[in-house]
Amino acid sequence: MSPILSVRNLSRSFGAIKAVDDVSFDLAKGELLALIGPNGAGKSTCFNMLMGQLKPSSGTVQLLGKNIAGMQPRKIWRMGVGRTFQITATYASMTVVENVQMALMSFHRKLYSLTTFAHTLYRDEALSLLDTVGMVDQAERHCAVLAYGDLKRLELAVALAHDPILLLMDEPTAGMAPRERIALMQLTADILDAKGVSVLFTEHDMDVVFSHAHRIMVLNRGQLIANGSVDEIRNNPQVQEVYLGGGTLFNAVQEDAHA
Amino acid sequence: MGLFIAQILTGLANAGALFMVASGLSLIFGVTRVVNFAHGSFYMLGAYVGYSLMQVLPGMVGFWGAILLAGIIVGLIGVIVEICVLRPVYSAPELFQLVATFGVILVIQDLVLMIWGPQDLLGPRAPGLKGVIRIMGEPVPQYDIALIVITPFVAFALWYLITKTRVGTLVRAATQDREMVSALGVNQAWLFTGVFFLGCALAGLGGALQLPKGGADLLMDFTILGSVFVVVVIGGMGSLPGAYLAAVIISVLNVFGVTYAPQSTLVLMFVVMVVVLMFRPFGLLGKEEVAGEHGQVGEPERPIKPAGNRIRLLVAAGLVILGLLPLYSGNFAVVLVTDILIFCLFAASLHFMLGQGGLVSFGHAAFFGGGAYAAALFVTYADTPMELALVLAPICAGLAAIIIGWVCLRSTGVYFAMLTLAFGQLLWSLAFQWGDVTGGDDGLVNIWPSDWASDNSVYYYIAFFLCTGGILLLRQAAHAPFGYAMRAARDSARQAEAMGINTKRVQLVAFTFAGIMAGLAGGLFVFSKGSIFPNELETARSFDALIVVFLGGVKTLSGGWVGAAFFEGIKDYLTRFEYWRLALGLSIIIVVILGPEGIVGSLRKAGERFGLLKVPEDAK
Ligand SMILES: Nc1ncnc2c1ncn2[C@@H]1O[C@H](COP(=O)(O)OP(=O)(O)OP(=O)(O)O)[C@@H](O)[C@H]1O
Ligand SMILES: [Mg+2]
Repeated sequence: MSPILSVRNLSRSFGAIKAVDDVSFDLAKGELLALIGPNGAGKSTCFNMLMGQLKPSSGTVQLLGKNIAGMQPRKIWRMGVGRTFQITATYASMTVVENVQMALMSFHRKLYSLTTFAHTLYRDEALSLLDTVGMVDQAERHCAVLAYGDLKRLELAVALAHDPILLLMDEPTAGMAPRERIALMQLTADILDAKGVSVLFTEHDMDVVFSHAHRIMVLNRGQLIANGSVDEIRNNPQVQEVYLGGGTLFNAVQEDAHA
Repeated sequence: MGLFIAQILTGLANAGALFMVASGLSLIFGVTRVVNFAHGSFYMLGAYVGYSLMQVLPGMVGFWGAILLAGIIVGLIGVIVEICVLRPVYSAPELFQLVATFGVILVIQDLVLMIWGPQDLLGPRAPGLKGVIRIMGEPVPQYDIALIVITPFVAFALWYLITKTRVGTLVRAATQDREMVSALGVNQAWLFTGVFFLGCALAGLGGALQLPKGGADLLMDFTILGSVFVVVVIGGMGSLPGAYLAAVIISVLNVFGVTYAPQSTLVLMFVVMVVVLMFRPFGLLGKEEVAGEHGQVGEPERPIKPAGNRIRLLVAAGLVILGLLPLYSGNFAVVLVTDILIFCLFAASLHFMLGQGGLVSFGHAAFFGGGAYAAALFVTYADTPMELALVLAPICAGLAAIIIGWVCLRSTGVYFAMLTLAFGQLLWSLAFQWGDVTGGDDGLVNIWPSDWASDNSVYYYIAFFLCTGGILLLRQAAHAPFGYAMRAARDSARQAEAMGINTKRVQLVAFTFAGIMAGLAGGLFVFSKGSIFPNELETARSFDALIVVFLGGVKTLSGGWVGAAFFEGIKDYLTRFEYWRLALGLSIIIVVILGPEGIVGSLRKAGERFGLLKVPEDAK
């Protein structure tokens, strides 16, 4: 079966820094693929290029055979890619359910309508999405006062609103308590299984990665140094060195202080 | 050839003052991230203070001493302003800072009026430099040569200060990274104050230096502000060489403009700016700025809900009372309320894009005055009847908004604010300088409603329906998906783009929509007054709208028209006082610092405190 996402020779530099250096990989349908690496390895930069927030210096990104490198995020979204951000991005002046409704209004191309009341549009759909991430009881809350973990859940619901075929999740569990992390990742995995969505995610918490990823790729200083099954990665001496050398132990829960 | 060189020299001489003011603004922005809209006022102060000092200090030493002293005194006044007005609002969103500095403009205007009186002051000539020298037969004032020589010295001194001294290192560090400065163990507050001193002193110096050329008058503050923004935008915010380069370009261009295209000197400068921006959105020598990374002041904005039945009944009752006004009140009240309604629509249109869209426009009068001028021009030159003119006014304003919005929306935050202000100035210059068509300063007169509508009460109904209709439409738009899309683009452009929203397009449509509504208000305005003058396009008019929106309450849905109604209502009363600007300026500053929720926000709070309104769960 041909892969959903196929990345070839993707590179991006900032001045002299090669943040992402000649990265190539494939993502199969239904796969839960983890991209790991120490702080500053280039994971977020990679995500930003896949979703169009950054233009690659070179390389191609094919989504279902179509090159999307350099396209604008909104176009890529319309092709069925969703994402969550490392630093949550939500609409602080809206309620929780309105945040999801916003995505649905955009999906149904209702953005320029002046005659309807937005808060009634696609409300039921939005509520059922909130239900899948366990946020339905907070639907009417003001987004600005949510706890961080709830914001992450909300972002997930928002990212699922247009029935994506591919989901990019940049550190979905960062800033959460360890127990919450496992629970959220389990939830994500279940949802994705049910909907058949493919996922690329980054994560610092190795417990989360090892227990949920189907496959793992390791990025270090912009370069992919390993790509394989959980066991292969766990026992890869080069990976161990990168992590030990970087001061990060596999089972340490590392908080993300990096913006 | 001689003339050509002479003109270049004049241009270079004029660039001096412009550069000093612009570099001051740029420096202050670089370090504090505040665009000091009162910078033109410090320039004006420099001229007045310099004038007085020159009266006291005699001779050559006195003259140059006066200029230096004027710079220092203005710098110290800047320090007072920084400590009292800006320190409390550094962490607030841009809008609050801009409005605060606008309060300072008003205060300084009245203080200058109070101290120096309303008449223009003729600057003294520089002792020893009163003559001209001939360059290839063309006379060039000696003072111009002096300015050409002095400016690079000032520029060099500044450059030296910034790049070679410890103070400069700190300034550069602060410009690049705030945290780093506190890490260096520097008292950030005093660094800001110091930079403010330097920036204001430069503005004062510029004002005093140009005394022999231009004298001092009460309009200097706004006149220079437009040019300074253009210079800063062209040169690149935060770049000193850029400021110098742009000041020279603009000044030389102006001198040539006066000779070859006397009617378009002001317009020329904006054309250059637009061209530069198309190719370099951050100016010739500027770096990409991430403007607007500010915190929220006070509570986060609450979610909105369409009005419930009780409120709707209340609004309907209010509209009925308003609608019956001509039946129970005299002509005076009818005319006054017509004015109020028109101003309410104007303010509501600004509030719509500012409140929902986060687009802080400082040139909204362009569309109000633009609509008014469009209607007046059609009536004057094409005998257009009122009914048609009232349709054409918003259409023309909308077209202008599409073009202006397209250019301005290439940038964000403070750049956007400065660009809109510059475009407002552009339209004003068009109306002002293109006298053959627009009547220039004399305006266009005899623009009266059609016969059937010439009675004040009938015209009142026209204004009543169009204005309340417009305001209700704007409000509906806020509750519609479009209003939500605007808020999405404002709250998180990153997320909005990642969910298929073309944020720039949403903003352009919002900008245009607001422009159309302002144009409608302008059309109604011109027929109610029978005339239109360039001052309806002035920056001061844009500020009027901004101030009422702000005082009404930015973070509320009704702030725009409530603020407008309140202030248009008390305007007659207020302007009876000689120094009302001073009072207004001070109140603005106090509101920014103490009550940023505005009238509506404060009323809502009071209502909740006394149990008249329900407090949302999450706001407790
Ligand atoms: N806009 C930018 N300009 C300059 N350098 C950047 C920019 N964005 C990222 N970088 C640099 O690129 C490198 C990779 O950053 P990136 O954010 O992709 O790392 P990451 O793997 O996501 O790290 P983290 O785990 O901390 O999120 C870093 O050295 C970073 O400093
Ligand atoms: Mg990252």
